[in-house]
Amino acid sequence: MSLPDNFFGRIIFLLERYGGSLLRGAGSTILIAIVSTAIGCLIGFIVGVIQTIPVRQSDNIFKKIILKIINFILYIYVEVFRGTPMMVQAMFIYYGSATVFNIHMGKWFAAFFIVSINTGAYMAETVRGGILSIDPGQTEGAMAIGMNHFQTMTSVILPQALRNIMPQIGNNLIINIKDTCVLSAISIVELFFATKSVAGTYYTYFEANSIAMAMYLIMTVFFSRLLRWMEGKMDGSDSFDMATTDTLAHTSGMLSYRGKKKNNGRLR
Amino acid sequence: MGQTILEVSHLGKKFGDNVVLRDINISVCSGDVTSIIGSSGSGKSTLLRCVNLLETPTSGQILYYERDIMDKGFDVPAYRAKVGMVFQSFNLFSNMSVLENCVVGQVKVLKRHRKEAVEKARFYLEKVGMGAFINAKPRQISGGQKQRVAIARALAMEPEVLLFDEPTSALDPQMVGEVLGVMRTLAGEGMTMIVVTHEMAFARDVSSHVVFMKDGVICEEGTPEQIFGSPEKQETRDFLSRFFDR
Ligand SMILES: Nc1ncnc2c1ncn2[C@@H]1O[C@H](COP(=O)(O)OP(=O)(O)O)[C@@H](O)[C@H]1O
Ligand SMILES: [Mg+2]
Repeated sequence: MSLPDNFFGRIIFLLERYGGSLLRGAGSTILIAIVSTAIGCLIGFIVGVIQTIPVRQSDNIFKKIILKIINFILYIYVEVFRGTPMMVQAMFIYYGSATVFNIHMGKWFAAFFIVSINTGAYMAETVRGGILSIDPGQTEGAMAIGMNHFQTMTSVILPQALRNIMPQIGNNLIINIKDTCVLSAISIVELFFATKSVAGTYYTYFEANSIAMAMYLIMTVFFSRLLRWMEGKMDGSDSFDMATTDTLAHTSGMLSYRGKKKNNGRLR
Repeated sequence: MGQTILEVSHLGKKFGDNVVLRDINISVCSGDVTSIIGSSGSGKSTLLRCVNLLETPTSGQILYYERDIMDKGFDVPAYRAKVGMVFQSFNLFSNMSVLENCVVGQVKVLKRHRKEAVEKARFYLEKVGMGAFINAKPRQISGGQKQRVAIARALAMEPEVLLFDEPTSALDPQMVGEVLGVMRTLAGEGMTMIVVTHEMAFARDVSSHVVFMKDGVICEEGTPEQIFGSPEKQETRDFLSRFFDR
């Protein structure tokens, strides 16, 4: 079968023949992006929390020194991974670990590792900002009823910080969906790698990349909508049920009160 | 007069070189309602925050049942659970429902079972007239309602002492009454309270002891009759005249 001579014909030809391999590539892209964004967020939260541990004058010198050292290491981590291109990091870590340290990490492990650690560096700053942006009154309210730093963080501050940085998490996910294409440098077969192979076989660079464009766009739009939806879920509903005034009844009553909701586009 | 719960002696607080509190002595017995009055910047909040250890005093002592709260081995979280605080800005946890605000401390700090904590939370929310709002989020209720929930949150820990830092100063005038009403009820039931306030009628009618602060020191103190009826210091008279001549 020869190549059709019009654009759409060639698109359909490529889809019929290579649709499966392109979809598998897209699958790898999504897998790497989601898993690495999740791990990256976890790293970001850990780093961000450590960086915001309050140091008081009354703390003992040992704790202060340990924190100083840890914070310095974390500072280096954030700066290095934010300050260098991910493609160079991929080559550096994947080939570097093999030649210098004789560690042969699988390329898939390397892929998850690189994208996660990169996302972590960005998320660390985001989480730090997210924590610092929470009204100090929230911490004082928690301390005043005897909650310790850890309890205050996990019950009060981090849930609010998480909600506030959801848009940034969404951004990172979308950036990761697109930027996994740099992993083709270490021969990870993701969507871009698959596209290149398809394009090269028949010299259909424009057509193959048109398909890739559409697939990337579908993925990013889908996930940005999904995250918006999750944000809405986290905010809960605009209204709340009035409990019945009978203290013995543990069910909610019929009345529903509409509260005012801040920063929501749907003003009533 | 009941047993002495809190004994503040020679308390001092500096922020850097800025001396904010000097030689403060107050003792609080069970059932006392101590009102602290004084103009803005006189150190009233800082004093309450020192009592709750939200600020670390730079000199002096605070004894809770004769134990120094600044001792190394002193269990600060347990102490804070026993000495509740109500803030001017409510500080309700905005990620939690009204009910959860009153449950979380009981479960995390006092290690109560959730069921028991929920029952107590409901009981105290009912007491402050917020029983119907357990499902609301803080952003969905008014300032006066928030402050009543904040009081219920503190009460749910079943504290020995409640500290109030200008609990009605951030409220619209029509909401002040509902919060003061709750506080009057608590005082009537024998709750030990230290109240920083600009509500002079409340201080006069409800307190057992009134402390007038000026520039980081206690300028004058006494019974409400003494302070409001026949203040000895010129500063006290000047301060009070600004409230009652209007
Ligand atoms: N964290 C702080 N750092 C430096 N100065 C402070 C701090 N908190 C309060 N102050 C100062 O302490 C003084 C007393 O403040 P405050 O206790 O809030 O007074 P009041 O509650 O009586 O209005 C003010 O001059 C204020 O500027
Ligand atoms: Mg104040």
